[in-house]
Amino acid sequence: MTPLLCYLLVSALLFAIGLAGALTRRNAIMVLIGIELMLNAANLNFIAFWRYGPNPQALTGVMFVIFSIAVGAAEAAVGLALIISIYWHYRTTNLDQIDSMKG
Amino acid sequence: MTWPFAIIAVLTLTSAVAAMSLRNLVHCVLMLTVTFAGFAAFYLQLDAQFVGFAQVLVYIGAVAILVVFAILLTRSAEPPRQSIFSATWVVGVGIAVIVFGLLSGLILSSRALTRAIRPPPEVSVRQIGDQLMAKFVLPLEVIGLLLTAALIGAMIIAMHEKEHE
Amino acid sequence: MVETTDQLFVTLKHWLVGFAPGQWQPLFSALLSVAAIIVTFAGLFAITTILERKGLGRIQNRYGPNRVGPYGLLQPIADGLKAMTKEDIVPHTADKVVHFLAPLVLVVPVFLALAVVPMGRNMTALDMDAGVLFFFAVGAATELSVFMAGWSSRNKYSLLGAMRALAQMISYEVPLILSAVTVIMAAGSLSPVRIVEAQAGYWGALPRWYVLTPWGLAGFVLFMIAAAAESNRSPFDLPEGESELIAGYYTEYSGFKFALFFLGEYLGMFGISGLGITLFLGGWHAPLACLEWIPSYAWFFSKLLALIAVFIWVRGTLPRLRLDQLMGFAWKFMLPMTLTNILAAGVWRFMPAGAARWIVCLMLVVAPYLMLGRMLAGRKQLGRRVYGYAD
Repeated sequence: MTPLLCYLLVSALLFAIGLAGALTRRNAIMVLIGIELMLNAANLNFIAFWRYGPNPQALTGVMFVIFSIAVGAAEAAVGLALIISIYWHYRTTNLDQIDSMKG
Repeated sequence: MTWPFAIIAVLTLTSAVAAMSLRNLVHCVLMLTVTFAGFAAFYLQLDAQFVGFAQVLVYIGAVAILVVFAILLTRSAEPPRQSIFSATWVVGVGIAVIVFGLLSGLILSSRALTRAIRPPPEVSVRQIGDQLMAKFVLPLEVIGLLLTAALIGAMIIAMHEKEHE
Repeated sequence: MVETTDQLFVTLKHWLVGFAPGQWQPLFSALLSVAAIIVTFAGLFAITTILERKGLGRIQNRYGPNRVGPYGLLQPIADGLKAMTKEDIVPHTADKVVHFLAPLVLVVPVFLALAVVPMGRNMTALDMDAGVLFFFAVGAATELSVFMAGWSSRNKYSLLGAMRALAQMISYEVPLILSAVTVIMAAGSLSPVRIVEAQAGYWGALPRWYVLTPWGLAGFVLFMIAAAAESNRSPFDLPEGESELIAGYYTEYSGFKFALFFLGEYLGMFGISGLGITLFLGGWHAPLACLEWIPSYAWFFSKLLALIAVFIWVRGTLPRLRLDQLMGFAWKFMLPMTLTNILAAGVWRFMPAGAARWIVCLMLVVAPYLMLGRMLAGRKQLGRRVYGYAD
């Protein structure tokens, strides 16, 4: 049970939880929360590999995660703006009812 | 598998499950905040202090508040009348279980686990700054452009509809 | 002699830690630092409540509280007893768990933030490499408690106050952090201890504090304005103004939880003033070389009391800003000013010392101020100001 194994398993479990939430919840905002959880799990993976990897002095893992956090925040902002805009049009955030392009 | 790791892992996993399964959306966001704090604790344990503090500042200080505003602006704070899970939830959970099975199979059979454990790296913020200006200057500029585009885009998307009403 | 009084608390702590067995010493040392911070700042909170009420009273041409003790100085004890014994009313439809946790989520990060502020020579509880970032990160974490308090009360006025407070706090975080960036650039480090050390020494008679440079003065003023907005102090206290929304997001809190909110707010003010002192006012350094015999922690706390006095003075003097005025001020005025301030700080760093860089940096700071002021003032016709005194 090396530390790296523990971190990777926890990160995979969190990713799976986020995926399950994003695929099963009806509310659009909950899907976005699931996506954020998946992003964070991937970041944890990067940092775990950076710490226990061959060359921590190159700081590649830390850099990647810094940029990933920035991109994740930007994506959350734009996604939530889209959800708000869709709410004003359809008056609902229930994904099962936003189906005008169906069929 | 030290004690601090076990405690933080249990806390993070519990709050993640709670975040995905609670009925009340605001409670979900608060559990998500606890999950983010758990992630920050993981980063601090892995000697990545800058990333840990940036995680708290960006995710807890900005993204969680953003989600809260979105929940209040879309009136999703009231308890929903129908079920919170969609009709095909079994497929979703099944896919997640398959993905976790695949990932853990790959992890357990990987050769990366047999490497020796090094002492913690001495990372100072100055080194991160130097790398940002030397090796990673192009991604830095691109991130600047991306954040500007996201800022303007989010404003335009969320502003436009109101003028048409 | 000077050395021993200066390091009095440090030697005291080392002597006390020596009593613990070997492997428990780091934990004991940390606990002692935590206890010292809690006791000092809770005591400072009590002193500030009475100073504020007496000070505001005098500014408003009345006595403050003057019944309890000589000149009313024992009022904090009466306030504390009242807060602890008042009945704790929780609304029937309130979300009980969130309602209970909101004061804790406010107070705990604020105490955490006080750990990185250097209060004297060798007197920082946590000497971290990324200390300033830690401070801003835990400061950002307190904003969620405002929302928790407002939403869990199931009260429209509380929710409205919470939304306003949240919008105000996130808007003013950007100028706050950007005005601190100038100091980080000049000192070359994110650690508060290094930043204070970089402000040691004297230019002839004047100390080398960053506030005595053009970009430093502008940065200090911007930092203090953003700090007042972050702490919801007047003139930015629309979310909690008594005449506006009863008490804003803590309307439904009573007794000890209300006292905890009060404590958290004041401690936030102390923490951010402490960071302002560290970044701009030279931390625990003395202003004149001949005054260095006064201990370092005495200088830090006198500067802190001076900043608190300025906060109280501003509260008693300026009228409250409306929400749209407040937000416009943050985004349209303070953000461009902080960005040009960063430019001025960079120019200062790379020009050779002398009169030229003073003139250039002053222009870089004053010109945007005048231009922005002119552009944002619009075409309002302001009449002559008339003062009336109560007789």
